[in-house]
Amino acid sequence: MTTEHIVGASVPRKEGGDKVTGRAQYIDDLTMPGMLYGATVRSRIPRGKIKKISFGTGISWDEFVIVSAKDIPGKNCIALILDDQPCLADGVVNHPEEPILLLAHPNPHILPKAVEAVAIEYEPLPALFTIEDSERQETIIWGADNTFKRYLVEKGDVDSIWQKAGFIVEAEYHTGAQEQLYIENNGVIASYDPNSGLTLWGSLQCPYYVHKALIKLCALPEDKVRVVQTETGGAFGGKEEYPSMIGGHAALLAMKAGRAVKIVYDRMEDMVATTKRHPSRTRHRTAVSSDGKILGGEIEFVVDGGAYSTLSSVVLSRGTIHAAGPYYWPNIRIRAKAVATNAPPHGAFRGFGAPQSLFAMERHMDRIAATVGLSPIEIRKRNFLKTGQTTATDQTINEPINLEKLLDRALELSDYHARKAHFRNENQSRTCKKGIGIATFLHGSGFTGSGERYLASVVGVEGLANGRVRVLVSSTEFGQGTKTVLCQIAAETLGLPYEQVEIAQADTDDVPNSGPTVASRTVMVVGKLVQSAASGVAQTLIAAGILRKEFSPKEFRDACSKYIAQHGQLKSLAQYEAPPNVYWDDEKYRGEAYAAYSWAVYIAEVSVDLAIYSVVVDDFVALQEVGKVLHPVLARGQITGGVAQGIGYTLYEKVVWQNGRMQNGQMTNYIMPTSADLPPIRVYFEELGNVHGAFGAKGIGELPMDGPAPAIVNAIADALGTPFDSIPLLPEDIFQTMESCSQSPEAPLTQGVR
Amino acid sequence: MSDPRGPREISLTVNGQGKTLRAYPMERLLDVLRQHLKLTGSKEGCGEGECGACAVIVDGALVNSCLVPVLQVQNSTIVTIEGMAQSSRLSPLQKSFLDCGGAQCGICTPGMILAAHHLLSRVPRPSPEEIREALAGNLCRCTGYAQICEGVANAANREVLG
Repeated sequence: MTTEHIVGASVPRKEGGDKVTGRAQYIDDLTMPGMLYGATVRSRIPRGKIKKISFGTGISWDEFVIVSAKDIPGKNCIALILDDQPCLADGVVNHPEEPILLLAHPNPHILPKAVEAVAIEYEPLPALFTIEDSERQETIIWGADNTFKRYLVEKGDVDSIWQKAGFIVEAEYHTGAQEQLYIENNGVIASYDPNSGLTLWGSLQCPYYVHKALIKLCALPEDKVRVVQTETGGAFGGKEEYPSMIGGHAALLAMKAGRAVKIVYDRMEDMVATTKRHPSRTRHRTAVSSDGKILGGEIEFVVDGGAYSTLSSVVLSRGTIHAAGPYYWPNIRIRAKAVATNAPPHGAFRGFGAPQSLFAMERHMDRIAATVGLSPIEIRKRNFLKTGQTTATDQTINEPINLEKLLDRALELSDYHARKAHFRNENQSRTCKKGIGIATFLHGSGFTGSGERYLASVVGVEGLANGRVRVLVSSTEFGQGTKTVLCQIAAETLGLPYEQVEIAQADTDDVPNSGPTVASRTVMVVGKLVQSAASGVAQTLIAAGILRKEFSPKEFRDACSKYIAQHGQLKSLAQYEAPPNVYWDDEKYRGEAYAAYSWAVYIAEVSVDLAIYSVVVDDFVALQEVGKVLHPVLARGQITGGVAQGIGYTLYEKVVWQNGRMQNGQMTNYIMPTSADLPPIRVYFEELGNVHGAFGAKGIGELPMDGPAPAIVNAIADALGTPFDSIPLLPEDIFQTMESCSQSPEAPLTQGVR
Repeated sequence: MSDPRGPREISLTVNGQGKTLRAYPMERLLDVLRQHLKLTGSKEGCGEGECGACAVIVDGALVNSCLVPVLQVQNSTIVTIEGMAQSSRLSPLQKSFLDCGGAQCGICTPGMILAAHHLLSRVPRPSPEEIREALAGNLCRCTGYAQICEGVANAANREVLG
């Protein structure tokens, strides 16, 4: 065994050399012989019946392969949770940009003209564009009541607490849509051969999601569909479910054409037609004792799911469970629902519902503090969850987390008290006001509730005759470092040099289903399985009597070579089994919502220039407890990247909607932060460890998306003395809120005080 | 005279090698590099000059190749990401990007490295502000830029220290 630890060291990224030399092959870098290019004809209206499709003049239509819903060999749906989303609209459309027809041609330059030349006549139907429109149910666009899913979480007796309250604090919070804006657009190549079946290469997160969708859409047996992930240029959830759609389209064209077909979206198509973060509305009504203890409360959390159900039920689930924040609620009722509107379906995006409900919770904590007359620090300290206490779903926190200490450390790192005093002094004489804000929060690692039990992920580790080890997972690399970290875990487990471990391309013909690469689950859940499968390889050799319990890399190589000469193959599989104490009741929505949580305190310092109402984040402290940090450089990169997306979500990124369609689908008018816009993002870790994760790791990917918005908005409220309860907050939004606050004599800060 | 919009011969020097090819004058330099010359390291992120994923160096200037008609680079000298490494040896900048975590998904990396190279060729010891400013035309959605900027600063130190 080597004495130097690989886990915890910043080893070189597995695919890093290819990335810095330009050799990495992304989907648009690949071509196939005789390949056609595909394009999509999409709905121009939000909702209606398709009356007539005609093909205009000036285009040699006989050169095109054309696919409509009638050409679909299997079921016209994108198989996911409910099968309500068609792959191609058949007679009706339910959102702008809904795919209706597919075209393929050998010359990609002709396609835009051809798409333009398809004329579609509609009979428009009434459409819904907001949560409130949908709730009124004057028009029903989905199911019986426009509602994809509802949850009710109840703990204690909320109805009994209101008369005991010293204060009742009520408010409503809103968050907008956000575009994932990975720099590589969605793209795939499909090829079909009647004998070998269908192969799909693509930029994607979840090969087995696409596999399942193609089987149903194309009516092919499991072994005739192969899905291969190519180098993926960012995803952030935006390539979780959508690749089944674009992949389905390329597959249908390839099957009809009998030739390979590539579809790569341009930026505008990707922005206007694919998924975004769910817009949300959260209402809080909280009973607080006169000394600032939460007695209980009601939270109503609503997300806008767009036109089809897709992943909304699970996004809602994570948002619902995170809605109560890292606080102890003796009594709570959370009602949550995902509603339908006639916008393109909203979908997975880093954080998955939690950034929305945590924004509301953390803004509300500051409002409670102001109402009670305590500081934002003191109100949190009086209400933090402690080890041994229960969450809103009655999960007992067993981890030795001390949020008070975590908060104190963040206050020290940000020099909070001195900065705050300084700002209070300086602000009186300045038009540029400064403020400082806190967010404290948690993020559950892995699938919610019974999710991991249903997934029952499988991981393989293979020993090769030359002593090298190959990790077999469908877990994908899209920048976070999946390949590197899973190889570190296998190397550490077997005591082998990191360089001796490789990871297979995520190809459904070659790797088992280790589940989707989502939900901050890869390092904790899949990593633990890699650890166990790697041990299995050594145990096989030890049981065969050809390896000692303690072994050197050379002894391991000799044993592998011997074993493979005898048996042909050396492979060990490990499958997820729920720990005995992880229990979840899907009906009552109670129990162990997550096997482990990551915890964090973020502190933002801002300047608001009242001459132009613009906000600059001047400093950002991100302190988190994420279990064991397996790779310090990658872990820090996850936090800085997530915080940057969170700053964009709060201050820059506004989707402008008109009749259900995004109007600013360009990088020119949908603005994400550049290197010149960001503050120093100072990242710190606490490492308490975790029994459920590989070498004590917990999830990290989504956590940093949750904290920036409330920390920044709390800082803006601190700077201006005006509460802001919606994001994004662009200069015009700040101006409008300040105008409306100055016009109403009762400032919303004192709203709802009893 | 032949049609001025029709294909014509274009000569340019790419990564030190002379190339002559036939292309439409209004073809984007990006497509010429990727399709005619099979240099797929330059990426298309937005097609409108906002993201910098297609950035290359033309006659010493950093340009977004998605905005440049190929006619405009007739007889020019171009450096792409493929020209940054000397044979199989990574340049100090590439090495620094790797060490500092400057490449995550990697799609912005070629353009980012060229922007950084362009900066260091003008300003060998840039300040943190100069680095942030010089990279502001290249969007990265993964890193939050901190580790990219550190990679550039680190490379600058390495170059100076030899």
